Amino acid sequence: MVKVKVNDIEVDADPKDNCILAARKAGIEIPHYCWHESLSVVASCRMCLVEVGETKPDGTVAMGPKLVPGCQTPIKEGTIIRTDSSKVKTSQQMTLELLLLNHPLDCSICDQAGECYLQDYTYKYGKAHSRLDEPKIQREDKYHIGEQIALFTDRCVMCTRCVRFTREISGTAELQVVARGSHEEIDVFPETPCNNKLAGNVVDLCPVGALCSKDFLYKKRVWWLKHADSVCTGCSTGCSVQVDQNDNKVYRLRPRENPQAQGHFMCDEGRFGFKYIHDERRIKYPRLKNPPSNVNATARSTAPSDLSFADPWPTVLAEARKRIHSAIQNDPSGFVVVLSPFMTVEEAYLLASYIKGIDARTKLTLGPVPVVGSDDLYPKGPKGESPAAGKVKFTIRAEKCPNRNGIEAILRHFEGSVIHAESLGKSSASAWFVVGGSSSGWVNEKIDQAVGTPSLLIVQDIFPSPLSERADVVFAAGSFAERDGTYVNHAGLAQSTHASIRPPEEARADGRILMDLAGRAGLFNAMALRKEIGTKIPELSAIATGDLGEHGVRLAKFVNHTAAAKSS
Amino acid sequence: MSDPQKNDLQKNEAQMNKPSAKKSVKWGEAPKMSILDALYLPAIASGLATAVRHAVSGKATTRQYPEVEPEIPPNYRGVHRLNRDEAGRVKCVACYMCQTACPANCIEIIAAPAPKDDPHWKDRDKFPATFTIDELRCIYCGMCEEACPVDAIELTSIYDLTGMTREEMIFDKEKLLSVFDETVKSGHDPVRTNRGNLGPAAELSPTAKDAPPPPGRGKSG
Repeated sequence: MVKVKVNDIEVDADPKDNCILAARKAGIEIPHYCWHESLSVVASCRMCLVEVGETKPDGTVAMGPKLVPGCQTPIKEGTIIRTDSSKVKTSQQMTLELLLLNHPLDCSICDQAGECYLQDYTYKYGKAHSRLDEPKIQREDKYHIGEQIALFTDRCVMCTRCVRFTREISGTAELQVVARGSHEEIDVFPETPCNNKLAGNVVDLCPVGALCSKDFLYKKRVWWLKHADSVCTGCSTGCSVQVDQNDNKVYRLRPRENPQAQGHFMCDEGRFGFKYIHDERRIKYPRLKNPPSNVNATARSTAPSDLSFADPWPTVLAEARKRIHSAIQNDPSGFVVVLSPFMTVEEAYLLASYIKGIDARTKLTLGPVPVVGSDDLYPKGPKGESPAAGKVKFTIRAEKCPNRNGIEAILRHFEGSVIHAESLGKSSASAWFVVGGSSSGWVNEKIDQAVGTPSLLIVQDIFPSPLSERADVVFAAGSFAERDGTYVNHAGLAQSTHASIRPPEEARADGRILMDLAGRAGLFNAMALRKEIGTKIPELSAIATGDLGEHGVRLAKFVNHTAAAKSS
Repeated sequence: MSDPQKNDLQKNEAQMNKPSAKKSVKWGEAPKMSILDALYLPAIASGLATAVRHAVSGKATTRQYPEVEPEIPPNYRGVHRLNRDEAGRVKCVACYMCQTACPANCIEIIAAPAPKDDPHWKDRDKFPATFTIDELRCIYCGMCEEACPVDAIELTSIYDLTGMTREEMIFDKEKLLSVFDETVKSGHDPVRTNRGNLGPAAELSPTAKDAPPPPGRGKSG
């Protein structure tokens, strides 16, 4: 740690920091466009020019004669940074005036308006008006940049963050700067559009409204969006994301910086893969086969159009509880619970403790863990080859579920070992409780055959499946955006996810269903449950803090059992 | 009320609530009546005199609406309209500023990319696919007009808005454009401002086109 003075505020900074990071530690913002923590430094936007000096051994201060770019200037013991001198302020005003020379100022139709660094910095550091008396250069919009990306060329400030991203992080190098001087433009090589699996990140990286997501284009003004911290459930990397919703509709997912999980980025599969949560085919109402005779007739038919069917849950839950108890009484070892790797730790704990609490002879199993291909590593080499070990900057994992490790920890605690439901074959189990939660195709043939047609089948899922079709009780569950809870990723990082929207119609978040089913008092509270789980299960003791923070906490002495088994 | 503690509490509360306890409040008193006031006869007489004076003056203060329509001041805030640009397209660029500013939440816009293939729309990026205003929910504050950066939404001097159903009082884009056509034709609601497409900042300054080239540039330099 070295001592640095930023505007007379003394801070301890990392000797590897640049001036921007050191100033950030002092709570002072140095405006910047081209610099990004995870990209190389080019110092081309000139927005971060600051005065830098040093303290001589005799205590005198010698300031540099010229302004230097804060992003490129390293710090050392006694470095003095000034961001509030009139020299710096004039420079910032001039830089902004020049950046805005040819900017069309079409904020009213720009998707970035509201989260645009041109707007923010002009408001904070810029001048109110331009002295340009020439016609602005107008450029063509480019919709051919990529399947998901549109370039509004005249809004660009040529920071080249997007170009550096495709060269350094994705390694695919589709984007480049063409022409020179005031004719500079971002473009792609002919017939090689920017369609790599990380392409969506260039939209987030763009500090202005030049690169826009076609998926989100003109859908919503950003100031209407409400944000919730969440975790992507697309693969076991468990990228920290932000769910942006308005009026109970999710409009986009954005990566949230998390050095412990994935860094700054996320893949397009996760970014655009959330749309199933608004799918019309979702299970929206709980269902009950052969309801008891005292339930009124409307409760039998749960057609989505049936508005007279009010509050089906008490009936369905009471009946399910009764049937579970009688099934366990008849054949305790024939009662099998299938926990899916899409459940949160809290939900798995609620269900496991409820069923094991009735009879310890019941069997808890792990449902199918979807694996597609092999891990996809970035940056790619020139021929599309994977990077060498140690140079990996982003990984899309083959295991397409968020929480296998968390569920396995629960299973090891309650069952002693992890039994895979698929391996049971056509078993003699008489009753099944199957929890799904996947976007599609989770119920495979093996588990379908294993379940067969038992005397009691309870399915808790978000999409209809062969199992839910023949189930005696169907609980309409919630998608990842509708749940609170904890996911444990491939490296044993436990991250909390927060509900951002309400489930559709009569569907309910899984935690709420299981809370009621288990007959526990009070509402589902993920934080309180985490404290309980942390104290009861030693393997998950790290989450006993309750609040896992923005970045999550790592489980102590974590072993990825599946990965270990594979490598041995 | 046998509990002494509870009684005490109530007494305390009563004291706290007594108006005199609040020193910050000034309590006025009704003026005292004289004997003449107490008779009420002078007041009755003066009231009668006022009534008779108006009855015989011959000046009618009743407005003969709807036979005679009132003159509406030019800044009156009546029914909305959506202005058209020179090419006859809807001027609105779907920036949602009016919807953001609206305190009554009566405006709902759905934006869409402008049909770029259509030469008529070539210079436009974004336009409102739908634009609805609930005229019943609107409080006619004029904030939408203030917020609009392209002078697309304006309040007209139409004040006598009626309808048979609630549905027909929800004006869509076509209806709002037809209000524009109607009011502009009738002449009593001229387009109030005409700043152009995206506000003054986005416009080329008139001097830039006409001004001579700066020294050191072009042939003259």
